[in-house]
Amino acid sequence: MLNPSRRPRWVRSTLAGYAFLAPSLVLLGLFVFLPLGWAFVISLKQTNGFGDGAFVGLANYGRLLTDPVFWRVTLNTALFTIIVVPVSMALGLGLAMLMNSVLPVRALFRTIIVLPMVISGVATALIGVLIYDQNNGIANKLLRVIGLEGIPWQSSGPGAFASVVLVTLWWRIGFNMIIYLAALQGVSPELYESARIEGANGRQQLRYITWPMVGPSTFFLLIMNVIHSFQVFDVIFVLTQGGPGNSTSVLVTYAYTNGFLIRDQGYATAIGIFLLVITLVFTAIQWRVSRTRDLVE
Amino acid sequence: MSRGRYYGLRVAVAVACSLILAFPLYWMIVVAFSPRQELLTTDLRLWPQHFTLANFDRILASFPIPTWFGNSVAIAVVVTALTVSVNLLAGYAFAHLRFRGSSVVFLVLLSTLMLPLQVIMVSEFQLITALGIYGTYWAVILPTAASAFGMFLARQFILGIPREIIEAARVDGAGSLRVFLQIVLPLCKPLIAVLTLLTLLSTWNDFAWPLIALKQNELFTLPIGLLYLQGQFGSDYGATMAFALLSVLPMVMLFVAFQRYFVQGFARSGIR
Repeated sequence: MLNPSRRPRWVRSTLAGYAFLAPSLVLLGLFVFLPLGWAFVISLKQTNGFGDGAFVGLANYGRLLTDPVFWRVTLNTALFTIIVVPVSMALGLGLAMLMNSVLPVRALFRTIIVLPMVISGVATALIGVLIYDQNNGIANKLLRVIGLEGIPWQSSGPGAFASVVLVTLWWRIGFNMIIYLAALQGVSPELYESARIEGANGRQQLRYITWPMVGPSTFFLLIMNVIHSFQVFDVIFVLTQGGPGNSTSVLVTYAYTNGFLIRDQGYATAIGIFLLVITLVFTAIQWRVSRTRDLVE
Repeated sequence: MSRGRYYGLRVAVAVACSLILAFPLYWMIVVAFSPRQELLTTDLRLWPQHFTLANFDRILASFPIPTWFGNSVAIAVVVTALTVSVNLLAGYAFAHLRFRGSSVVFLVLLSTLMLPLQVIMVSEFQLITALGIYGTYWAVILPTAASAFGMFLARQFILGIPREIIEAARVDGAGSLRVFLQIVLPLCKPLIAVLTLLTLLSTWNDFAWPLIALKQNELFTLPIGLLYLQGQFGSDYGATMAFALLSVLPMVMLFVAFQRYFVQGFARSGIR
């Protein structure tokens, strides 16, 4: 090296890189990675209230296996996901196809579909409380007007579950529509033109053109929606508080109840880590597939 | 331009779907401006019978709503300023600086986006207690601002800036910081707009963490205040809807004004 007082180039560029990263690294290190590491420690402890707690090894994880409420909320989380994800995606795709076609005041329609996305979860849930009030709510009034019985949205488990699903669908459809619409706008109209000339009907066009063309978006949405459904907190916490009984409790609300109401913090964190493991599995699948997709393109 | 097939049917479906999707917000507005008794009747009324501002008077008299409003604004603005600047710096580093470990660090930081709050909520709570900031604005601001959201979008966007522009500035002797401030930042205006709007939105609506981190009434943000009001006023739907309306109005207006940026942001980041 000609000038020993100067640092080599890679040292300087590395210093510069980490200097730009420093604010991020400090913030994320202190408020994400440190709590994450500490969470594993807490999950090994039996803690009540603010005390330090005692180490109990994997007892909290063992308790998960034998806790019937944990199984119930896991099942609810799965059921919620299995219903909300495909339905919101199907409706999102349908609306995206509609919005991708010739319509009057299309911009207005699109705004209305997307608008729920900017409404807070709490406000969304409270509107749900209003609409699904089982005595005076507009939903039951409408049902009675058309000659049906009102649904017990609060007092029955399935009714409460349905209200949570409906409210979430209203909230989520816009997101699915936007992603699908972006994908559809990338499909060349000539494809449909030539398909029509070849005599393909609407269903065949959907099956052989639209569906394959939006494939990557479908996969992306599947992962994002699944992860989102695992973590749905605001709507359930405000709309049903997990009730009646535990019929609408999910993993995240059960973790909150344990952590901040029962103050069984070790157990709450073990539930959180269980959720993390499932989320990681889905994220890993997404990484793999999007990597392969990048390689193909 | 040809209208295509099934034009009438498509219009009808679009109108029906829009009516269904718009109804909850319409109903919130109707109830917010209707007298309390109106809801208790058993017959179906789909539009307001008597217009009143009584619900707003009632909640403004009973709750420190201007204070909560101010809290939400202050927290959202500080979080946004902090996280957008920090992520722009990081995005620039990942896009244009070559340094050891950059791809590993990038993946590790990006992976935090998938981390459910419930994993760290207890330890985060203990951390802010240990730091002595529990029950202050900072208890909400710092953990919320610690987000890699934006880093990915910033990197993608800055990668799109032609290398020649940056190399030219380098040859003229500009250091990394000057290149960032004088060349990169001015070109990032659309990116900054998207990140600012999305961060404002998510912070404004954030619920789970502020619920844990705030204890005193006077520090509540609007969503927490909204839940608190519902707890106090129970089934006084006029009051809860009046407050819900006030709390969502700023974001609805921002959305209507900058819809293009919002939609772009949702589509590109895939967040929410």
